Amino acid sequence: MTQTAPRPATTARASGAPIDATNAYVSGRLPRWAAPGLTAASLGGAITVMALLAAAGAIAEFSLVLAIAIGTISAIVLVTAISLMAEGRRAATNRFMIALVISAFVLALLPLVSVLSTVVLNGSARFDLEFFTWSMRSVIGEGGGALHAIVGTLQITAWATLISVPIGLFAAIYLVEYGRGPLARAITFFVDVMTGIPSIVAGLFAYALFVLIFGEGVRMGFAGSVALSVLMIPVVVRSSEEMLKLVPDELREASYALGVPKWLTIAKVVLPTAAAGIITGITLAIARVIGETAPLLIVAGFTSSMNYNVFSERMQSLPVFVYTQYANPGTDVDFYLERAWTGALTLIIIVMALNLIARLITRLFQPRVGR
Amino acid sequence: MTAPAPDQAPGAALPGEIEAVERRGDRVFSRVAVGAGTAILVALAAVAVFLVAQSLPAIWAPAGSFRGTDGTFWDYVAPLAFGTVWAAAIALVIAVPLAVGIALFISHYAPRRLAQPLGYIIDLLAAVPSVVYGLWGITVLAPATVPLYEWLAENAGWFPLFAGPASGTGRTVLTVAIVLAVMVLPIITALCREVFVQTPTLHQEAAYALGATWWEMVRMTVFPYARSGIISASMLGLGRALGETMAVAMVLSPSAIISFAVLQSENPSTIAANIALNFPESAGLQVNALIATGLVLFVITLIVNSLARWIVSRHERSLESR
Repeated sequence: MTQTAPRPATTARASGAPIDATNAYVSGRLPRWAAPGLTAASLGGAITVMALLAAAGAIAEFSLVLAIAIGTISAIVLVTAISLMAEGRRAATNRFMIALVISAFVLALLPLVSVLSTVVLNGSARFDLEFFTWSMRSVIGEGGGALHAIVGTLQITAWATLISVPIGLFAAIYLVEYGRGPLARAITFFVDVMTGIPSIVAGLFAYALFVLIFGEGVRMGFAGSVALSVLMIPVVVRSSEEMLKLVPDELREASYALGVPKWLTIAKVVLPTAAAGIITGITLAIARVIGETAPLLIVAGFTSSMNYNVFSERMQSLPVFVYTQYANPGTDVDFYLERAWTGALTLIIIVMALNLIARLITRLFQPRVGR
Repeated sequence: MTAPAPDQAPGAALPGEIEAVERRGDRVFSRVAVGAGTAILVALAAVAVFLVAQSLPAIWAPAGSFRGTDGTFWDYVAPLAFGTVWAAAIALVIAVPLAVGIALFISHYAPRRLAQPLGYIIDLLAAVPSVVYGLWGITVLAPATVPLYEWLAENAGWFPLFAGPASGTGRTVLTVAIVLAVMVLPIITALCREVFVQTPTLHQEAAYALGATWWEMVRMTVFPYARSGIISASMLGLGRALGETMAVAMVLSPSAIISFAVLQSENPSTIAANIALNFPESAGLQVNALIATGLVLFVITLIVNSLARWIVSRHERSLESR
């Protein structure tokens, strides 16, 4: 017996009786492997056809992205059409939407993979000792490095953190522990507004502020720190506020019951409990501003020399280094582009490391509440 | 006798209650906290005041004192403001459907255990600095789009947006919009995901119980619940796209025109990119003009972001009153 009893829907079709394809009780169902199988087949088919055409010289070159795009579209069309014939309109719509949702996710992966692979491929060429130990002073063409930019980025970001963390943290403490009435509402509202300030406007603000003090054409690293802290403060306030709110009131009340004053309760009970979350938030805030280019381009300027003093003269930073290497290349464009890519690679590594550290802190030091 | 004793000042301790001793540490600590909060308000006021002060000379300047136009400041800023809104709008048209799809995939379709790692992968897109996106856009994306643009201009040129001749470098508004879409994708996805997950399970199970397919369940329960969330997420994404600087500055080949064509080599620049490109070499009134355009950008993003917050707060209130 190789032939098993046919399913009801097949019987109806075999006997030639008209079936109502929109009725879920009468229409058939595609087997589970149908959709993945069709997708794999049409993807494989598209790639094979394209490769054959390219080998035969019918099209200029083989493009994997184009082949996958054609394969995906034909898979969506095939699955929907077959489902429409076998399962009816509702199930076909369902399959079509599922296919769209999965393709949306895969489509978003394309730029991510493309960006990361290009940066790693192009950036590894100059990812050497010289890049991290040389500045660009008197370098024309080959060689040179980004030490001045790395030092600048570290100093500018450190000062920005030094400004933002106390203000942001204490503002969050005010909002959670003290804040009542109009002042608290105003701070909440304006922190929201501050979150939306475009980074370039923050740069213009720092310039407008420092022009008042130092006169026209001012450039210094510290002005960059001020611009970055405008972007950083709202992030620190928001994340610290969330973390402080998570601290259970029982802890505070227990501390008050022992006669501990409010400020000591905050300093010794509330803050340590929320510390992991707050540090995570601060790390993520640093990761957000360390890649900022526009404000630093405006107020910190760019230079090819070392500058250890944030309070005077132009100061290079890593993002601006990447931009200037790309934008103002010398005669040998390739050397400049290589340095730009290596700068980009360094920058991505720093940002990802900060993100990783933040996640590790959350995982390792989560407050153990509700034991 | 319900009226309080006349000699009792409001706020004074009632009989039988002990007034807490105010310690010096408490006073210092609370003042520091208030000071930090006030500092934020002062900083924001300073942003507004300094920007306006530095902008006024440019706004009052006579016609003909700006680069690329012989009109007044408003003629100077108009194409830039148009380009800013136009590029961001196209970016949003690309990003929002994608973001909703990805958010749905993560929240309602992918296996529960994979949801968080998949979310991290999308968040990685946010970890790439904008200058790197600019470098990628100009060296990888722009050349790759040239054949597509030529094909579009040839076959869909009758549609005004795709009017030819297509740019030979790919440095067009459409390429910029694609880069911007990639950059705002993570924030819109993350916010949408947050709302989608909150859809009441009972609504979803009720939909299934009525025999709904997966898509019908999503359409009947998730979307109505999350509609305002999607809108506000898109607005926040729009705010990001409006202010994005380096990617636009590096990818676009700018001109001072107002044009809806997205494939041609003459494109309206954006406010932010214009500032970044011209600020380092500007002096005097040009600097004031650039700061004034920055103020215009600030106002545009402020309106967009406030609109987003307003939609969220209205939605929250309607949920509470339910």
